[in-house]
Amino acid sequence: MTTISPGSDEEAAAALKELQGATVRPSGNGSRAEWGGKDSDKAVTVHTGGLNRIVAHNPGDFTAIVQAGVPLADLQRHLAREGQWLALDPPDRGGTVGGLVATADSGPARHRYGGVRDLVIGITVVLSDGSVARSGGTVIKNVAGYDLGKLFAGSYGTLGLVTQVALRLHPLPAGTATLVASTADPAALSRAVLAMSRHPLEAMSLDVSWREDAGRLLVRFGGVTAAERAGHAAKLLQDVDTDVVLDDESIWAAQRAAQRGAAVVKVSALPTDLSAVIAAAGDATVISRAALGVSWLSFPPGDNLAERVEAARKALEPRKTAVLDGARLVDAPWPVADPGTLALMRRVKARFDPTGTFRPGTYVGGI
Amino acid sequence: MDGRELVERLRRVVGDRWLLLDEHDLRTYESDGLLQYQQVPRLAVLPGTADEVRECVAACAQADVPWVARGAGSGLSGGALPVKDGVLIVLSRLTRILEVDLDNGRVCVEPGVTNAAVSTAVAPDFFYPPDPSSQIVCTIGGNVAENSGGAHCFKYGFTTNYVTGLEVVLPDGELVTIGGKELDTPGYDLLGAFVGSEGTLGVATKIWLRVVPVPEATRTLVAFFDSTRQAGEAVSAIVQAGIVPGAIEMMDATTIKATEAMAHAGYPVGRGAALLVELDGAEAECDAQFTEVTRICADQGSDDVRVSRDEAERALFWKTRKAAFPAMGRISPNYFVQDGVVPRTTLPDVLVRIDELAAEYGLTVANVFHAGDGNLHPLVCFDAAVEGQAARAEELAGRILDVCLEAGGSITGEHGVGVDKRKHMAKMFAEDDLAAFQRLRCAFDPDGRANPGKVMPTPRLCGEVPGVYRQHPLEAAGLAERF
Repeated sequence: MTTISPGSDEEAAAALKELQGATVRPSGNGSRAEWGGKDSDKAVTVHTGGLNRIVAHNPGDFTAIVQAGVPLADLQRHLAREGQWLALDPPDRGGTVGGLVATADSGPARHRYGGVRDLVIGITVVLSDGSVARSGGTVIKNVAGYDLGKLFAGSYGTLGLVTQVALRLHPLPAGTATLVASTADPAALSRAVLAMSRHPLEAMSLDVSWREDAGRLLVRFGGVTAAERAGHAAKLLQDVDTDVVLDDESIWAAQRAAQRGAAVVKVSALPTDLSAVIAAAGDATVISRAALGVSWLSFPPGDNLAERVEAARKALEPRKTAVLDGARLVDAPWPVADPGTLALMRRVKARFDPTGTFRPGTYVGGI
Repeated sequence: MDGRELVERLRRVVGDRWLLLDEHDLRTYESDGLLQYQQVPRLAVLPGTADEVRECVAACAQADVPWVARGAGSGLSGGALPVKDGVLIVLSRLTRILEVDLDNGRVCVEPGVTNAAVSTAVAPDFFYPPDPSSQIVCTIGGNVAENSGGAHCFKYGFTTNYVTGLEVVLPDGELVTIGGKELDTPGYDLLGAFVGSEGTLGVATKIWLRVVPVPEATRTLVAFFDSTRQAGEAVSAIVQAGIVPGAIEMMDATTIKATEAMAHAGYPVGRGAALLVELDGAEAECDAQFTEVTRICADQGSDDVRVSRDEAERALFWKTRKAAFPAMGRISPNYFVQDGVVPRTTLPDVLVRIDELAAEYGLTVANVFHAGDGNLHPLVCFDAAVEGQAARAEELAGRILDVCLEAGGSITGEHGVGVDKRKHMAKMFAEDDLAAFQRLRCAFDPDGRANPGKVMPTPRLCGEVPGVYRQHPLEAAGLAERF
């Protein structure tokens, strides 16, 4: 399998012109390489390792311009010097900003700050004909032109190669504290989630974990009054044991880590579906961005892994599920898409990548 | 289908009462909120259901007639300007709130529901954050088309951050659902592409929105400064301190004078700048930050900081700010509202540059802005009765956008491109960028029937998809639908 590693937009554009007729697979550090459908064995890998510059960080404007190959951890270290961060905290296995954009991966901070789509304010892509296109800009408010940043976020490299993004940043919180509520009753856990999500807590994160018949609701607060607010929030809960943890980083590191596994099923549902998601999980650990209704079922390795995954997906129907880690285990990592929507997605694919160069057959609906 | 057949078919769809053919009736719709453009459509329809909208669009597709969707017509870029010989589809009858589900923080509405009505429907515990100044009249459908913002979007985000799903009639008359009530439906984020597409990709007939709990506390102050530079530095200092206010709005001396004449808030006419800062959130955090903001304003040179003592005073502060556009009528017979964006840190220098340009043109420019996100609304004052002044004012408004672009900003922060800013698009985007936009447009509307002549600087055709779409072997084998 061939790999090329362009060092600039121009080199990437020239490479794609050279590669006319080939199949191309954009790649960062491979931390999510398994996700999506399987690429053709003949696919040429375009590695973003050469696109590794933090082009600009404007602390006063809370923006940064970053090339796709920059590892997220490196970017965060750089921004932290100015007391800032890109408010995206997916499980970190050395992944790049480009990979994060392509997969729209997220972590607990999604609750407060939104996802990749909400923080990308500009994007540069190289299309299969070698054209280099930009949309958005470098300011946080801007409605000029179509928002291709959102279209490419979560497109899994099937529309083109993302080479650079402009990002909105946030201040690092002055302090944090986490309310931990525990219960072995899924119904009580669900009630606690709804009680929290109906109050104006302004929490940074609101997550649930469920493993081996024990559930925890984790609500993280940021700011100078974080501990006080966590204490107040605890008083709003009933039928659960509560505790406020000040030194809370390890709790969240564990929560992020549990979003990966031998096989991981991502579930798009509603907050009120939490009990149903837990009931369907089998022996998987459930990690839920509970107020958003988005959950990850993380299966332990062992016998019948594929069967356990498919049983959970079946039990969750008609909710949409996608298999991330362990995608190779199943016949169809993506859910069946609505036919009308899928037809429109195919038209988008056909316009942006008419030659079918970028990862053909690997995306939703065989796109 | 010829013209007469189209009229008869539309009549069957919406009924006689809701089909407008008469020139006199159609004049109501000749402009949107940007009055300098006028165009009477060939006819207008006012469908009453999503299905009628779909049938209207399908009829236009079969007759190969362009169409424009319109909500309240309060847009400020000519985005809802009718097309000559085209059909205007007015969505003001689609005003049903279809579902309120507060456990899941969702509301489902028809496009003609006003922005303010969404918050009303979920009050008192929840609200819908995007709050364009026109929120009493402007519709959610229009907000979706324009990706509307408002004073509170620095903290809360824009329409695009709140729409989770849409039912859309595509220009070929097909009805599709994109996104949904749930988040993260796997597949391309067509929702992100559609919101803010200014009516050029289709028309939304059903909209799922996220609503959020009303903040526990709100604290509002107005601080007066000698200059916009001082006030601008206060804004930077507040944001640098890690504080994200619900809103930070600035008005310059001209605007203070004009709004005081209208709102009588007791503002000191003659001061260089007024800064309205609103913090909201958890009570304890809000109080701690408010003390900090008050201190910063004083440190940056404000000797006059007024804290709203009650809801009535807070409303007065906001009334004064929102009166900025209409109040301008008191000091100038006519004005253009500009809508540019700059990186916030360049604000002081950009304002100096705008002053220089105003002097060069011999015209007054009043400035009001959403200072947190660097979104400027310069009001270029002129007198249309003076020959040539309107043209000079328009030229000046364009030069101000050039200044915004030179500072690394944008030609529009919330009003949209519409017809008004098409000519500036090529300054902000290169040919390959525009070509990429056109790819998206063509995916949704290959025949260019939805709101033609908007957004893109020059008319473009789509043509056939170049090249051949290669099927994946699995797709060819009939397994594609499973992937």
